[in-house]
Amino acid sequence: MAKPKLAVFKFASCDGCQLTLLDCEDELLALADRIDIAYFLEATSRIDGGPYDLSLVDGSITTAEDVERIREVRARSKRLVTIGACATAGGIQALRNARDHAEMLSYVYARPEWVDALATSTAIARHVEVDFELRGCPISKQQLLEVISAFLHGRRPAVKSHATCLECKMKGHVCVVVAKGVPCLGPVTHDGCGALCPGWARGCYGCFGPSDAPQTSTLSRYYLAKGARPGQMKRLFSSFNADAEAFREEASRHGDD
Amino acid sequence: MQASAGGRMRIDVNGLDVLLRALADEGHELVGPRVQDGAIVLGPIRGVEDLPRGVGDEQTPGRYRLRARGDDALFGYAVPQHSFKKELLLPRVTLVRIRRGKTGAVVEAPPRPDRKVAFVGMRACEIAAVEVQDRVLRDGPWMDADYAARREQVFVLAVQCGAPSGTCFCVSMGTGPKAEAGFDLALTELLAPEHAFVVEVGTEAGRRILARVPRREATAEEEEAAARVVCDAAARMGRTMDTTNIRDLMMSNLEHPRWEDVAERCLGCANCTLACPTCFCTDVEDTTDLSGDEATRTRRWDSCFTFDFAYLHGGGVRPSLRGRYRQWLTHKVATWHDQFGTSGCVGCGRCITWCPVGIDITEEVAAIRATSATAERGG
Ligand code: SF4
Ligand code: SF4
Ligand code: SF4
Repeated sequence: MAKPKLAVFKFASCDGCQLTLLDCEDELLALADRIDIAYFLEATSRIDGGPYDLSLVDGSITTAEDVERIREVRARSKRLVTIGACATAGGIQALRNARDHAEMLSYVYARPEWVDALATSTAIARHVEVDFELRGCPISKQQLLEVISAFLHGRRPAVKSHATCLECKMKGHVCVVVAKGVPCLGPVTHDGCGALCPGWARGCYGCFGPSDAPQTSTLSRYYLAKGARPGQMKRLFSSFNADAEAFREEASRHGDD
Repeated sequence: MQASAGGRMRIDVNGLDVLLRALADEGHELVGPRVQDGAIVLGPIRGVEDLPRGVGDEQTPGRYRLRARGDDALFGYAVPQHSFKKELLLPRVTLVRIRRGKTGAVVEAPPRPDRKVAFVGMRACEIAAVEVQDRVLRDGPWMDADYAARREQVFVLAVQCGAPSGTCFCVSMGTGPKAEAGFDLALTELLAPEHAFVVEVGTEAGRRILARVPRREATAEEEEAAARVVCDAAARMGRTMDTTNIRDLMMSNLEHPRWEDVAERCLGCANCTLACPTCFCTDVEDTTDLSGDEATRTRRWDSCFTFDFAYLHGGGVRPSLRGRYRQWLTHKVATWHDQFGTSGCVGCGRCITWCPVGIDITEEVAAIRATSATAERGG
């Protein structure tokens, strides 16, 4: 039986999420044994035009060309999995979605007219059908391997979408909200990082985006009552997952300060 | 000085250290209180030097802070975030591994846990909580083999409570502050006139280990002072819960507007259930490795607060947060009685302190009672 073909595509991103695949040192050989890496420019110059059994897509859609290219990728992929905050929520570059893009360009580039980009940065799922979204900035190596294993063996990935607090308690971290009064996004943030920041006595930054039932307003209301400033709440919800619906809406409820 | 009538022993701080080392010497891992990350946590300890000397805690809904007590108390705090549950019902445990063998599937049950452990500083409410879990996980019709095996090898070195916090209500739940049974040895810490411990012996194993420790009989004064410690603790409960007819009260108020109200404040973050020493809900996760030659089934902590916990064909049966909070509270204090013959709450206050937004179970029950649709208002 021919090995299933894997492809890895990049859109607007820092590449960190696709590099997670190369970071799977110990498992990489087992992976290469089971699948044929047909297209992965970060790792090999070999270009196989597809079709692919599984395509991993990192990055967001930021140009008109991207819109076309992701449709082609979709057409050549049996299964398409988006990986990382850029691909699943537009990434940090989606901060421009709520601002005047032309004005931002003029601050950053000496010759803004040379830049040919859309006014928004959007998730892949807004453009084509996606089979599974793997969250995180960056994604977790374990979860990536789990998703690939699941697709290889035709089962559902064991990836939870509940709040980060579960993993935080399972790790035995002392809650920073309760013991230090630090605002933490753990209660509304999707599982996946293993509660990394609370483990270092920091509040969660929300790198994995909203959980499946995020009570963002309830959380903000509480932190504001405890002395947080509106601008602080706005910034907390305006990072790598700024364009994920629940975070975007919550950020829009607070002014700058 | 008069010898005590109860024949209790008295050891000093050095004696406690000898006791701890004797337990270790007999092959027990010691799990007890120590300071870590601005809190008292239960973790591995070696001897008296690791105990939180002079450290107390302040606990109110959604808030926990350490405080300097200004004395040398070694057990002068209330209960930590995590109970001993994490040592018996592990956050994650492998249930079975199945490998593809030459002639078929090879099923590999994980080795039975073999770990002698001493729980140091266990409080009455924590003993009560373990007994609640015993009924569910060990003595009921569906025994959890991993839990039962771990439970068998526990030595309980209890400490009678002298420092309840602002969120404690064990008196209301009838579980403390004095542990009457369920321990091998129970200490009561006395700070004056000398720093010492009055020791109660609960089991033969306790008696044997105590024989290795320098001790003398406690005096009548020391026994009295020990009795006063728990008596004072009972008078300093931070909270109360009226449990009169509580089962019927809850079950006849399933449509009470308070459920809507609490859903407006609750995050559904599950912290209450994970910190609770009696909550036992878990999920089972099946995974395969990349090669597909090995499959693993893992049991992991879960909670009735997660969106997909009650996922059945087609969706979750409790999609609203109102429904999930109501499920938790009504199970804890009402239907637990139907299922297991006791309350699921021992009054330890963890769910109140460690709720990031400070939702207070005693306040929720009181609010429902105050405006109950039926006559279950109680006394
Ligand atoms: S530290 Fe953050 S993630 Fe951890 S339990 Fe507290 S609120 Fe949740
Ligand atoms: S419900 Fe709350 S107070 Fe009762 S045993 Fe659980 S954590 Fe403790
Ligand atoms: S009661 Fe508190 S700890 Fe429990 S789920 Fe709600 S917000 Fe989280």
